[in-house]
Amino acid sequence: MNNVPSYPLHQRVMDIDDIEIKLILDAVQLKHGYDFTNYARASMKRRLNKIMEDSGLARLTDMIPLIIHDNDFFRFFLHSISVNVTEMFRDPPFFLSIRESIIPYLKTYPFIKIWAAGISTGEEIYSLAILFKEEGLDENIIIYATDFNDNVLEIAKRGIYSAADMRLNTANYQKSGGKESFAGYYHADYNSVIFDSSLKKNIVFANHNLVTDGVFGEMNMILCRNVLIYFNKILQDHVLELFSKSLRINGFLCLGTKESLEFSTSASLYETIDKTARIFKKKRDIICSIHKDDN
Amino acid sequence: MASQIKRPALKAVVIGVSAGGFKALHRILPMFRRDFELPVMVVQHRRADLESYLVESLNDRCQMSVKEPLDKTKIESGTIYIAPGGYHLLVEKDIADGCLYFALSVDPPVCYCRPSIDVLFESAAEVFGPSLLGVILTGANFDGSNGIKKIKSLGGITIAENPETAEVDYMPSYAIRTNAVDHIMNLDEIPCFIETIMKRVDGESE
Repeated sequence: MNNVPSYPLHQRVMDIDDIEIKLILDAVQLKHGYDFTNYARASMKRRLNKIMEDSGLARLTDMIPLIIHDNDFFRFFLHSISVNVTEMFRDPPFFLSIRESIIPYLKTYPFIKIWAAGISTGEEIYSLAILFKEEGLDENIIIYATDFNDNVLEIAKRGIYSAADMRLNTANYQKSGGKESFAGYYHADYNSVIFDSSLKKNIVFANHNLVTDGVFGEMNMILCRNVLIYFNKILQDHVLELFSKSLRINGFLCLGTKESLEFSTSASLYETIDKTARIFKKKRDIICSIHKDDN
Repeated sequence: MASQIKRPALKAVVIGVSAGGFKALHRILPMFRRDFELPVMVVQHRRADLESYLVESLNDRCQMSVKEPLDKTKIESGTIYIAPGGYHLLVEKDIADGCLYFALSVDPPVCYCRPSIDVLFESAAEVFGPSLLGVILTGANFDGSNGIKKIKSLGGITIAENPETAEVDYMPSYAIRTNAVDHIMNLDEIPCFIETIMKRVDGESE
């Protein structure tokens, strides 16, 4: 072992990490078509390191042959890299605000379209379905529940969750203005619960990739909470533009409680409805030629 | 370059604190002067639903401005940032323009904690390298010791609060046991020490 000074070494080590990450993401894109290049770098690196450790690999790049040749590994990889575990009625004040401020407004429309983007394992979708049911929005409503990962869409469709989480979920439900007994919405069986299938009657589960897919309808409300935090600014702007094109005028955009529009190019299209719950209302359409005129 | 070994000037401070942190932060953060030039990033373990009070209370008492960052908040010098409850706080560097900003994540807790000290320290170390100073204060958890090791391995400076005078000694003791802590000192000595070595390294690097 020779005495290499620590700072020049760290420069070299960081470069190697960046090379390894790029090679991994290239392999994923070439073999499977998913584009993770504009995901936020620091979280991506943590997740890749975790996959490496969990798989007993010595180097990040050791996962490249597995990504290319081993489909079971890739399922695990995709799950580890993209799935956000959440809880039902996370941030109860947000759901209370939807209940009290947004739903009365939505009710003035004859038909309502809602898009929940990046639903992961679906906890938030069932939270929404319960909320709409209690507020009498049971008819003339369609909820598009999308994710780019078919495996998590399957989990969301099944509506089966761990019984151990129900205590927290019930507390959240009550704080969010819940009007019934939460246990009435699911059937418990040993260690898991299954949610009442009638909650799914207005939900359409579909594969949609925020990175590569486009507009598929004109929405009254879009929810995308704690998904954008995993994207870099380029991808955030891209996705927020997609949302702006997908929302009708006076439609609502709901973000995670620590996500902001203010750093994005879409900020001027919206007014803030609830600052702490991060609910925004679209005031006008995107003017597409604006960037060209600047030059 | 005159010498490869010279330490570059400090560019950021990270502080991790757990049990006893409310008091410790109210003691230490007001001691940083108004014109302290670096960003100070803090993880205090706390519950997500009790969050706003800590930031407001610190902002009332500190000379520096105290904020809770959102995702993609730009990291500015002379500001104290407190990690929001329920989220990990990470440091990112924009590849295009080199700007530094925060990123948040709702990844699973690390050392039972979210925000986790390790997550902030490790991501900050990767961005700031030898220009980072990390501090572990009072706590009953072992969070932060991996972060301290990472800071040290990338050439940064590490400080642990003296376990003998810390309100809860477990966390600084655990960090010290990694052998990656440069300085052990009492809470009150830390801000002054940081200001002194900031100046010293500035002078040396010229």
